[in-house]
Amino acid sequence: MSASNDVSTSAMASGRWRISEVVFWVLVLACPLLFPSRYLIMTDILRLALFALSLDLILGYAGIVSLGHAAFFGVGAYSAGLLALHGIINEPVIALVVAGFAAMVLGFFTSFLVIRGVDLTRLMVTLGIALLMEALGERFSNITGGTDGLQGIEMQPLLGMFAFDMFGKTGFWYCLIVLFLLFLLARRIVHSPFGLSLRAIRNNPLRAAAIGIPVNRRLIAVYTLSAFYAGIAGALFTQTTALASLDVFSFEKSADLMLVLVIGGTGYLYGGLIGAVVFKMLQEVFQTITPQYWLFWIGLVLVVIVLVGRARMHRWALWLPNLVIRRLAGRKAVVVVPESDAS
Amino acid sequence: MSIRTDLLSLAATGIALAVAAGAAPASAQESVKIGLILPMTGGQASTGKQIDNAVKLYMQQKGDTVAGRKIEIILKDDGAVPDNTKRIAQELIVNDKVNFIAGFGVTPAALAAAPLATQGKIPQIVMAAGTSIITERSPYIVRTSFTLAQSSTIIGDWAAKNGIKKVATLTSDYAPGNDALNFFKQNFTAGGGEIVEEVKVPLANPDFAPFLQRMKDAKPDAMFVFVPAGQGGNFMKQFAERGLDKSGIKVIGPGDVMDDDLLNNMGDAALGAVTAHLYSAAHPSAMNKEFVAAYKKAFNSRPGFMAVGGYDGIHLIYEALKKTGGKTDGDALIAAMKGMKWESPRGPISIDPETRDIVQNIYIRKVEKVDGELYNVEFATFEAVKDSGKTKK
Repeated sequence: MSASNDVSTSAMASGRWRISEVVFWVLVLACPLLFPSRYLIMTDILRLALFALSLDLILGYAGIVSLGHAAFFGVGAYSAGLLALHGIINEPVIALVVAGFAAMVLGFFTSFLVIRGVDLTRLMVTLGIALLMEALGERFSNITGGTDGLQGIEMQPLLGMFAFDMFGKTGFWYCLIVLFLLFLLARRIVHSPFGLSLRAIRNNPLRAAAIGIPVNRRLIAVYTLSAFYAGIAGALFTQTTALASLDVFSFEKSADLMLVLVIGGTGYLYGGLIGAVVFKMLQEVFQTITPQYWLFWIGLVLVVIVLVGRARMHRWALWLPNLVIRRLAGRKAVVVVPESDAS
Repeated sequence: MSIRTDLLSLAATGIALAVAAGAAPASAQESVKIGLILPMTGGQASTGKQIDNAVKLYMQQKGDTVAGRKIEIILKDDGAVPDNTKRIAQELIVNDKVNFIAGFGVTPAALAAAPLATQGKIPQIVMAAGTSIITERSPYIVRTSFTLAQSSTIIGDWAAKNGIKKVATLTSDYAPGNDALNFFKQNFTAGGGEIVEEVKVPLANPDFAPFLQRMKDAKPDAMFVFVPAGQGGNFMKQFAERGLDKSGIKVIGPGDVMDDDLLNNMGDAALGAVTAHLYSAAHPSAMNKEFVAAYKKAFNSRPGFMAVGGYDGIHLIYEALKKTGGKTDGDALIAAMKGMKWESPRGPISIDPETRDIVQNIYIRKVEKVDGELYNVEFATFEAVKDSGKTKK
């Protein structure tokens, strides 16, 4: 009995909110006040952050690599689009949840394929699923609108009160609230005994099975949950842009997501959020400087990031905050720990 | 657990820096701003490049000041992805306070921006996309490119009258492709022709080989082809590889497939292809000769019809500004543009005051060798063709 108590005590202890986390969310809240004219790009970042969070759940906690996460994003996007277009469910919030469930169903059924392989096979299988979805979308262009996308989606006001405006204000707050709620849920889950068992699986599936963790069932559960998150991200995309075209299934979408996590790091939930901010801002800055050759610069920066290593960059970026902490609080400054040492 | 603290404070710094970089200074300038949204990367990049070049060329020639106001172009890449287009257009209107949005490489991109033009009362100049419905989506849309209906109806009539009985069609599966197919079919079958095989190829995946085999088996007199600008080269390569150039099957279609941009590299397989289109680099007018020479000198390539769409688009903006005396009120600008007539490198053109769509000559051309290079040589002209694809009201 005491062992189980220890597990939950330790889980609860690691799940306590830290000051830096609070600061992070306060900063996020401050963004719309600081940059009132940049709602659209911020909404874009929030959607990408949620999408990256969903990949982090399986990659960072369960060790499942995926190059086809766009499949769930796309299913969510098209579900939300079709629901709104045909007036089946007019209330965006309900439609959002339904779209999430649609992606979840696909996630549940494809999870059986995914748990069968190891890393390389998983990459192939997930990639294949996304390509299949894209081809299906192309084939049934009478439903999906094919390359032209779903035309004429009109979103009803949120909860019947808040209409989506041209400046993207409603869309931004909507995305932010959804992201925060889902983040809380994800945070709760990864700090639960369930989350701890996932980490055990990631570190060593054989040993995890030996101590009695039902490996496959856990993987199916988290993969399905991750599909739900991705579906919600997709639905948010359609609802805030009133668009859905075949690009939602594209390989680039899944690949970008990997890049986001490469930048932000995995296994601590904030990686996707931070990565999304950095990735989008890099894109934005380079696109403004050189609309034609920005892809080159993005590539270069990514190579540099990987070469220099995240840990070293953290140290550089933390130099200023550390200095402030040392001067003001007289406290010992935080030190950088290589990511592999983190729990 | 300190990793978490570290990365979070890193995140905080990161966000602060990033957003600082993103917040553009909003300086109050007197210049007229034009948001040019084009696919500069990805499969449609050739369209974006041509238009961007043409706009630059025009501004070099005519100066960057109109009616006492400086013209400022803000070029953005949307990669021909409609949700990018929409976000970019929105940001240009809201943040950069542009007075025009222009460009739009593909139909979905133009449609995505249409509601914004209406809401913001901003003239939207479509310089490339060619589906008929575009100008109906907002009263602020004016088009300087073409519509597929214009060239497809004419090639349909021409084919029926010139001894072509059986035609197989190959079109890209998206709105302009369907427009091209439907208008061709309508006029060709009305003239007594027969469609023996109909194939639609996915836009994103231009591997024509399996489709070409079906074409070959159908043994038509001619093959009606529409692929968007930029894919024509690839198409003709596979056409020759499959030996269709020796099978006696003629290539006909709207001129997109024989884009001047790529034509010279297609090889002799392209010889004899008959297309109906708005522009050929070989158009025999003094103005066009000058335009082609200037374009070649500046960018070391031949201008195609996309370049002309961009050239005329920026010309239209200049002329409208002259008419309003530099005022940038959206309604006044649109009113000024309606009915405007001018001489373009492609020939005489005007803006239909009712539909805000372009009225232009459509030429029937045949690919021939001129001075060792392949050109679309015009041999028949249909004057002042309107878009017949508008919804009947």
